[in-house]
Amino acid sequence: MNKIDVGFLATRRLILQGAGAVALIGLGNLPFGLTPALAAANDKYPEEAFKQKSDADVIKTLYGKTAEPSDKVRMDAPEIAENGAVVPVSVSTTLADVTSIAFLVSENPNVLIAKYNVPAGTLPNVANRIKMAKTSNVTVLVEAGGKLYSASKEVKVTVGGCGG
Amino acid sequence: MASTIRVRASSNGDITEVQALIQHPMDSGFVKNAKGEIIPAHFIQQLTFEHDGKNVFTADWGGGISKDPYVKFAFKGAKKGDELKISWVDNKGATDTTTAKIQ
Repeated sequence: MNKIDVGFLATRRLILQGAGAVALIGLGNLPFGLTPALAAANDKYPEEAFKQKSDADVIKTLYGKTAEPSDKVRMDAPEIAENGAVVPVSVSTTLADVTSIAFLVSENPNVLIAKYNVPAGTLPNVANRIKMAKTSNVTVLVEAGGKLYSASKEVKVTVGGCGG
Repeated sequence: MASTIRVRASSNGDITEVQALIQHPMDSGFVKNAKGEIIPAHFIQQLTFEHDGKNVFTADWGGGISKDPYVKFAFKGAKKGDELKISWVDNKGATDTTTAKIQ
Protein backbone atom coordinates (compact mmCIF):
# COMPACT_ATOMS: atom_id res chain seq x y z
CA MET A 1 0.00 0.00 0.00
CA ASN A 2 2.74 2.33 1.09
CA LYS A 3 4.78 1.42 -1.90
CA ILE A 4 1.92 2.07 -4.26
CA ASP A 5 1.34 5.46 -2.67
CA VAL A 6 4.93 6.47 -3.22
CA GLY A 7 4.80 5.24 -6.75
CA PHE A 8 1.59 7.10 -7.30
CA LEU A 9 2.98 10.29 -5.82
CA ALA A 10 6.11 9.99 -7.89
CA THR A 11 4.06 9.47 -10.99
CA ARG A 12 1.84 12.36 -10.11
CA ARG A 13 4.87 14.59 -9.62
CA LEU A 14 6.25 13.50 -12.95
CA ILE A 15 2.98 14.18 -14.64
CA LEU A 16 2.74 17.62 -13.04
CA GLN A 17 6.29 18.44 -14.00
CA GLY A 18 5.64 17.21 -17.45
CA ALA A 19 2.48 19.29 -17.69
CA GLY A 20 4.37 22.31 -16.43
CA ALA A 21 7.07 21.82 -18.99
CA VAL A 22 4.55 21.38 -21.76
CA ALA A 23 2.73 24.52 -20.65
CA LEU A 24 5.97 26.50 -20.63
CA ILE A 25 7.03 25.22 -24.00
CA GLY A 26 3.57 25.88 -25.31
CA LEU A 27 3.54 29.46 -24.09
CA GLY A 28 7.07 30.04 -25.22
CA ASN A 29 6.40 28.74 -28.67
CA LEU A 30 3.20 30.60 -29.30
CA PRO A 31 4.68 34.04 -30.06
CA PHE A 32 7.46 32.51 -32.14
CA GLY A 33 4.97 30.42 -34.02
CA LEU A 34 2.78 33.44 -34.73
CA THR A 35 5.43 35.95 -35.75
CA PRO A 36 6.60 34.34 -39.00
CA ALA A 37 3.02 33.83 -40.10
CA LEU A 38 2.18 37.49 -39.47
CA ALA A 39 5.41 38.63 -41.05
CA ALA A 40 4.75 36.58 -44.14
CA ALA A 41 1.25 37.98 -44.43
CA ASN A 42 2.18 41.60 -43.82
CA ASP A 43 5.66 41.83 -45.20
CA LYS A 44 8.01 42.48 -42.32
CA TYR A 45 8.60 46.09 -41.26
CA PRO A 46 11.86 47.10 -43.00
CA GLU A 47 13.55 48.49 -39.89
CA GLU A 48 17.03 48.74 -41.44
CA ALA A 49 15.88 50.53 -44.58
CA PHE A 50 14.28 53.27 -42.47
CA LYS A 51 17.68 54.02 -40.87
CA GLN A 52 19.58 54.59 -44.13
CA LYS A 53 20.98 58.02 -44.90
CA SER A 54 21.10 58.08 -48.69
CA ASP A 55 18.85 57.19 -51.62
CA ALA A 56 21.30 54.56 -52.82
CA ASP A 57 21.51 52.87 -49.42
CA VAL A 58 17.72 52.79 -49.05
CA ILE A 59 17.30 51.25 -52.48
CA LYS A 60 20.02 48.70 -51.75
CA THR A 61 18.59 47.75 -48.34
CA LEU A 62 14.99 47.68 -49.43
CA TYR A 63 15.22 46.09 -52.86
CA GLY A 64 18.82 45.04 -53.51
CA LYS A 65 18.64 46.22 -57.10
CA THR A 66 18.94 49.48 -59.01
CA ALA A 67 16.08 51.73 -60.01
CA GLU A 68 15.54 52.88 -63.56
CA PRO A 69 13.86 56.26 -64.16
CA SER A 70 10.54 55.81 -65.95
CA ASP A 71 8.07 58.27 -67.47
CA LYS A 72 5.34 55.78 -66.62
CA VAL A 73 5.70 56.79 -62.97
CA ARG A 74 3.87 60.03 -62.34
CA MET A 75 4.60 61.88 -59.17
CA ASP A 76 2.53 64.79 -58.03
CA ALA A 77 4.29 67.09 -55.58
CA PRO A 78 4.29 70.87 -55.14
CA GLU A 79 7.08 73.00 -56.67
CA ILE A 80 7.33 74.94 -53.46
CA ALA A 81 6.17 73.71 -50.08
CA GLU A 82 5.59 76.52 -47.64
CA ASN A 83 5.39 74.16 -44.71
CA GLY A 84 7.89 71.31 -44.73
CA ALA A 85 5.96 69.54 -41.98
CA VAL A 86 3.11 68.72 -44.34
CA VAL A 87 3.96 68.19 -47.99
CA PRO A 88 1.29 66.39 -49.99
CA VAL A 89 2.83 63.91 -52.42
CA SER A 90 1.05 61.37 -54.56
CA VAL A 91 2.01 58.87 -57.21
CA SER A 92 0.26 56.99 -59.95
CA THR A 93 1.63 54.70 -62.60
CA THR A 94 0.55 52.90 -65.73
CA LEU A 95 3.04 50.10 -65.02
CA ALA A 96 1.49 46.65 -64.60
CA ASP A 97 1.99 44.20 -61.73
CA VAL A 98 3.00 46.79 -59.15
CA THR A 99 3.94 45.18 -55.84
CA SER A 100 5.23 48.11 -53.84
CA ILE A 101 5.68 51.87 -53.83
CA ALA A 102 8.22 53.79 -51.73
CA PHE A 103 8.76 57.49 -51.02
CA LEU A 104 12.24 58.95 -50.41
CA VAL A 105 13.41 62.44 -49.44
CA SER A 106 17.17 62.74 -50.11
CA GLU A 107 17.92 65.54 -47.64
CA ASN A 108 15.96 64.18 -44.67
CA PRO A 109 17.93 62.69 -41.75
CA ASN A 110 16.35 59.34 -42.58
CA VAL A 111 15.75 59.17 -46.29
CA LEU A 112 13.00 56.56 -46.46
CA ILE A 113 9.59 58.01 -45.63
CA ALA A 114 7.19 55.22 -46.44
CA LYS A 115 6.85 51.95 -48.25
CA TYR A 116 3.45 50.74 -49.38
CA ASN A 117 2.81 47.13 -50.24
CA VAL A 118 0.39 46.81 -53.11
CA PRO A 119 -1.17 43.35 -53.50
CA ALA A 120 -2.89 42.21 -56.69
CA GLY A 121 -6.26 43.94 -57.02
CA THR A 122 -5.05 47.16 -55.42
CA LEU A 123 -4.43 50.10 -57.75
CA PRO A 124 -0.91 51.53 -57.95
CA ASN A 125 -2.04 55.00 -56.82
CA VAL A 126 -1.09 56.36 -53.43
CA ALA A 127 -1.36 59.77 -51.84
CA ASN A 128 0.16 60.76 -48.51
CA ARG A 129 1.63 63.71 -46.62
CA ILE A 130 5.30 63.79 -45.78
CA LYS A 131 7.77 65.86 -43.77
CA MET A 132 10.72 67.59 -45.40
CA ALA A 133 13.64 69.04 -43.44
CA LYS A 134 14.65 71.34 -46.32
CA THR A 135 14.62 71.72 -50.08
CA SER A 136 15.27 68.28 -51.49
CA ASN A 137 14.73 65.79 -54.22
CA VAL A 138 11.70 63.63 -53.60
CA THR A 139 11.89 60.22 -55.24
CA VAL A 140 9.21 57.64 -55.76
CA LEU A 141 10.17 54.02 -56.33
CA VAL A 142 7.74 51.66 -57.98
CA GLU A 143 8.42 47.94 -57.92
CA ALA A 144 6.61 46.31 -60.83
CA GLY A 145 7.01 42.87 -62.33
CA GLY A 146 10.20 42.31 -60.33
CA LYS A 147 11.84 45.50 -61.62
CA LEU A 148 12.34 48.84 -59.97
CA TYR A 149 11.32 52.15 -61.54
CA SER A 150 11.61 55.67 -60.22
CA ALA A 151 10.58 59.29 -60.66
CA SER A 152 12.10 62.30 -58.92
CA LYS A 153 11.26 65.92 -58.43
CA GLU A 154 12.83 68.76 -56.48
CA VAL A 155 10.54 70.33 -53.93
CA LYS A 156 11.58 73.68 -52.50
CA VAL A 157 10.86 74.10 -48.82
CA THR A 158 10.61 77.51 -47.20
CA VAL A 159 10.07 76.33 -43.61
CA GLY A 160 11.59 72.98 -42.65
CA GLY A 161 9.47 70.30 -41.06
CA CYS A 162 12.06 68.62 -38.87
CA GLY A 163 12.48 71.37 -36.29
CA GLY A 164 15.82 72.35 -37.81
CA MET B 1 -12.20 55.94 -26.25
CA ALA B 2 -12.95 57.31 -29.61
CA SER B 3 -10.96 55.69 -32.35
CA THR B 4 -7.84 57.45 -33.61
CA ILE B 5 -8.72 56.30 -37.11
CA ARG B 6 -11.13 58.06 -39.41
CA VAL B 7 -11.84 56.29 -42.65
CA ARG B 8 -13.88 56.99 -45.68
CA ALA B 9 -14.29 54.16 -48.13
CA SER B 10 -16.53 54.66 -51.12
CA SER B 11 -17.25 52.29 -53.96
CA ASN B 12 -18.22 53.28 -57.46
CA GLY B 13 -19.12 49.69 -58.27
CA ASP B 14 -15.75 48.45 -59.45
CA ILE B 15 -13.21 50.43 -57.51
CA THR B 16 -13.25 51.29 -53.83
CA GLU B 17 -11.45 54.46 -52.90
CA VAL B 18 -10.16 54.64 -49.35
CA GLN B 19 -9.03 57.69 -47.43
CA ALA B 20 -7.74 57.37 -43.90
CA LEU B 21 -6.81 60.02 -41.38
CA ILE B 22 -5.19 58.95 -38.14
CA GLN B 23 -4.52 60.93 -35.00
CA HIS B 24 -0.91 60.36 -34.07
CA PRO B 25 1.99 62.68 -33.14
CA MET B 26 4.39 60.97 -35.62
CA ASP B 27 7.44 62.29 -33.74
CA SER B 28 10.50 61.56 -35.84
CA GLY B 29 13.01 61.69 -32.99
CA PHE B 30 14.85 64.60 -34.64
CA VAL B 31 12.77 67.46 -33.30
CA LYS B 32 13.58 69.38 -30.12
CA ASN B 33 11.02 70.86 -27.77
CA ALA B 34 11.06 74.43 -26.41
CA LYS B 35 13.64 73.44 -23.79
CA GLY B 36 15.98 72.08 -26.43
CA GLU B 37 15.40 68.45 -25.47
CA ILE B 38 14.90 65.87 -28.19
CA ILE B 39 11.33 64.65 -28.41
CA PRO B 40 11.68 60.83 -28.52
CA ALA B 41 10.64 59.06 -31.68
CA HIS B 42 7.00 58.02 -31.61
CA PHE B 43 5.47 57.11 -34.93
CA ILE B 44 3.23 54.56 -36.58
CA GLN B 45 5.26 51.80 -38.21
CA GLN B 46 2.62 49.72 -39.89
CA LEU B 47 -0.87 50.41 -41.06
CA THR B 48 -2.93 47.65 -42.63
CA PHE B 49 -6.21 47.55 -44.48
CA GLU B 50 -8.08 44.27 -44.64
CA HIS B 51 -11.08 43.37 -46.72
CA ASP B 52 -12.72 39.97 -46.47
CA GLY B 53 -9.79 38.58 -44.46
CA LYS B 54 -7.27 39.65 -47.07
CA ASN B 55 -4.72 42.45 -46.91
CA VAL B 56 -5.53 45.03 -49.56
CA PHE B 57 -2.92 47.59 -48.57
CA THR B 58 -0.06 47.85 -46.08
CA ALA B 59 1.89 50.94 -45.22
CA ASP B 60 5.34 50.79 -43.62
CA TRP B 61 6.00 54.22 -42.20
CA GLY B 62 8.99 56.03 -40.75
CA GLY B 63 9.10 59.26 -38.77
CA GLY B 64 9.01 61.22 -42.03
CA ILE B 65 5.27 60.94 -42.38
CA SER B 66 3.44 64.08 -41.28
CA LYS B 67 1.67 64.39 -37.94
CA ASP B 68 -1.89 63.07 -38.02
CA PRO B 69 -1.10 61.02 -41.13
CA TYR B 70 -3.31 60.85 -44.17
CA VAL B 71 -3.23 58.20 -46.85
CA LYS B 72 -5.33 57.48 -49.88
CA PHE B 73 -5.45 54.40 -52.09
CA ALA B 74 -7.93 52.37 -54.12
CA PHE B 75 -8.62 48.68 -54.63
CA LYS B 76 -10.90 46.35 -56.55
CA GLY B 77 -13.09 43.46 -55.47
CA ALA B 78 -15.25 45.06 -52.78
CA LYS B 79 -18.85 46.24 -52.90
CA LYS B 80 -20.99 48.71 -51.00
CA GLY B 81 -21.78 47.50 -47.49
CA ASP B 82 -18.61 45.41 -47.20
CA GLU B 83 -16.44 45.95 -44.18
CA LEU B 84 -12.91 47.26 -44.22
CA LYS B 85 -10.72 46.63 -41.18
CA ILE B 86 -7.97 49.13 -40.47
CA SER B 87 -5.28 48.77 -37.85
CA TRP B 88 -1.99 50.37 -36.94
CA VAL B 89 0.93 49.65 -34.64
CA ASP B 90 3.52 52.23 -33.58
CA ASN B 91 7.17 51.97 -32.51
CA LYS B 92 6.13 51.83 -28.85
CA GLY B 93 3.84 48.88 -29.47
CA ALA B 94 0.58 50.83 -29.17
CA THR B 95 -2.16 49.81 -31.57
CA ASP B 96 -5.62 50.78 -32.68
CA THR B 97 -8.16 49.07 -34.90
CA THR B 98 -11.39 50.12 -36.46
CA THR B 99 -13.87 48.84 -39.00
CA ALA B 100 -15.52 50.92 -41.67
CA LYS B 101 -18.42 50.16 -43.97
CA ILE B 102 -17.81 50.77 -47.64
CA GLN B 103 -20.30 53.35 -48.91
